Amino acid sequence: MSRTTPTLTPEQYEELGRDLDALRQRVLDDLGEADRKYIYDIVKVQRALEVAGRGLLFAGFFPPAWIAGVTALSLSKILDNMEIGHNVMHGQYDWMRDPAMNSKMFEWDNVAPAENWKHSHNYIHHTYTNIVGKDRDIGYGVLRMDEGQKWRPYYLGNPAYAFALMLFFEWGVMLHDMEVDRLMSGEKKWSETAGVRRRIWHKSVKQVIKDYVLFPALTGPQFVSTLVGNAAANLIRNVWAFNIIFCGHFPNGVETFTEEETKNETRGQWYYRQMLGSANISGSPLFHIMSGNLSHQIEHHLFPDIPARRYPEIAPEVRAICAKYGLPYNTGGLTKQLRSVAKKIFKLALPDNLRGKPAQPPAGTVGNGRALRAA
Amino acid sequence: MTAAKKRRPRFPGLRLLEALATPHGIDRYLELVHPMLTIRGVRGEVTRVHRTTADTVTLTIRPTRRWAGFTAGQYVRVSVDIDGVRRTRCYSPATSQHTRGRFELTIKAHEQGLVSRWLHRNAKPGLILHLSQAEGEFTLPERRPEKVLLISGGSGITPVLSMLRTLADEGHTGEVVFLHYAYTEADVPCRADLLELTGKHPNLRLLLAYTDADDGDLSGFFDHTHLRKAAPWHAEAHTYLCGPPGLMAGVREVFADLGLLDRLHTEDFAPAPITVDAADATGDVTFVRAGRAAPNSGQTLLEQAEAAGLTPDNGCRMGVCFTCTTVKTAGCTRDVRNGELSTDPDVEIQLCVSVPVGDVAIDL
Repeated sequence: MSRTTPTLTPEQYEELGRDLDALRQRVLDDLGEADRKYIYDIVKVQRALEVAGRGLLFAGFFPPAWIAGVTALSLSKILDNMEIGHNVMHGQYDWMRDPAMNSKMFEWDNVAPAENWKHSHNYIHHTYTNIVGKDRDIGYGVLRMDEGQKWRPYYLGNPAYAFALMLFFEWGVMLHDMEVDRLMSGEKKWSETAGVRRRIWHKSVKQVIKDYVLFPALTGPQFVSTLVGNAAANLIRNVWAFNIIFCGHFPNGVETFTEEETKNETRGQWYYRQMLGSANISGSPLFHIMSGNLSHQIEHHLFPDIPARRYPEIAPEVRAICAKYGLPYNTGGLTKQLRSVAKKIFKLALPDNLRGKPAQPPAGTVGNGRALRAA
Repeated sequence: MTAAKKRRPRFPGLRLLEALATPHGIDRYLELVHPMLTIRGVRGEVTRVHRTTADTVTLTIRPTRRWAGFTAGQYVRVSVDIDGVRRTRCYSPATSQHTRGRFELTIKAHEQGLVSRWLHRNAKPGLILHLSQAEGEFTLPERRPEKVLLISGGSGITPVLSMLRTLADEGHTGEVVFLHYAYTEADVPCRADLLELTGKHPNLRLLLAYTDADDGDLSGFFDHTHLRKAAPWHAEAHTYLCGPPGLMAGVREVFADLGLLDRLHTEDFAPAPITVDAADATGDVTFVRAGRAAPNSGQTLLEQAEAAGLTPDNGCRMGVCFTCTTVKTAGCTRDVRNGELSTDPDVEIQLCVSVPVGDVAIDL
């Protein structure tokens, strides 16, 4: 956790905040029909893929139809969860005042209820991004993804847990807001999870009935082939979403923060933490859409509530702002970022002293300059 | 009111379709095939557009099957997407409540009116509008009064015109007078229709009063003389009134003089200027979610929220459409329309017609 990143003077933090606020305001002022048309075009493609996928599975006895059906349905679920669901539930389209695209009303094609997810994601993760002990997305209460998390023998299973989480990602997301680790440690009482559990029950039952009972039954003799096809589409979406999301905050070079140094943060310091705590993935325009533009994690974390289609547009400016203050802009191809994440998962499975490092990071490595601004 | 309560039988197999379309709902799929195919949402297709005066536009609307009809005098919330943003306004149908399968809205393009100007300029057959079910208590009683006086001004003509047409359709035999105020003859919407209708029914009488011309049945503003000339029997009639604030105040004053306020029924279709004394305003307004607070300026909470840089959803800005309804978490507010106080915490209030009385916290 030793930091090579330059820290800024209070004036520079102020100026950084002003630069980014101005950029944000410029985009907000420009929102209009083009943004509405964009998200509705994506919705049309998603719904068409969904209908096509479900339809093709009626002919699931014919292998090419089955493969095409599963592909279409997987793409539909990926678009639904990422470019549409994640972004709409962030409130990126609330300005349209359209109930169908409103963060308070939207539900996604996923067993995790929107209400629970918005709490753990929009509030906890986006507010306390990469603050060890506060941001529950660091390891999701299951994995060791940062040296600031104290090693326990349990973490020897880090790679296995990560693999399982990848396969069952939507279920992991569903359980995330239960905060199972805090329930086990007694920090949180079972009775406190009543609302979360009720929502999980209602949402997941509907999803399971749809994918694993109704649609298979409708295809009659193809029951099993449709059920397997739907499960495959959910699995493909799980694997894809897991991989994209793990590249957002876990690649090498992404910084984490302590509660102490982020106390009394200013707007500029908050922006600084969001920039340093996120990483992008480079790729084609289609790749960005299929990743829900989470490939622009840096832009997303700076401005979580502006429509995602704007992230590629402002990325060069964000990068220029980083350069202006000498801050890193962490980006790379999918393979590079994934390899870096995988390495971290394996490395952190082992106790720190096995890797020739002191068990406790020496005091003071937590950014000497940044300790100043916290003071 | 009864019309709005009627619900058509549910679409057979709807539950299965909804289970298959979870979590988005069946309409989110059907509307992509055609926006009028929706099963749950109410929409309306503009089938005819005509302009009877320079600054009004009359739209004939064919609603989807979920539309439960309306009662003469009620209004409907109409939404259109303008530059990506859905805008909602309230308009009263002007047709008879007994017309099946279609209704008409006559919309005046107000100088500051974003939606009315947009519709005036852009409405053409094929345009799809989002609709609410009809709402509002400004209606004739089930047992129709024998004698009816309908007074309107400007674009306030629509709900009372609907009452007139409804009474005509019902073969009402009692006397009905339709007294309408406009600047000049050219500003009377649907004038030809009005003349034709009242020409056909001897018990319906049309009186046009012009404030800027002398060639009407009456001229100038409403007063005792106008009332006597229009309906000498006003004391035994029921009067229905809708118009701009000046006309509303004038009619109320005359009826108050005569002690007949209980026979006067009104619909405020434009906001009356809200008079508040800034010197009386005390305390602070806290916008909880935004984490902002400002001293109470005495204006409505909607205006104060906007002054604080927030952009709460709103529509009519006069307490009709409930778009701006928000939870007041603490403090006391006064309804500017009737002075009623809301003292309980955690209740929903309409920001556009509520002013703070002392410290208030709003969940915005």
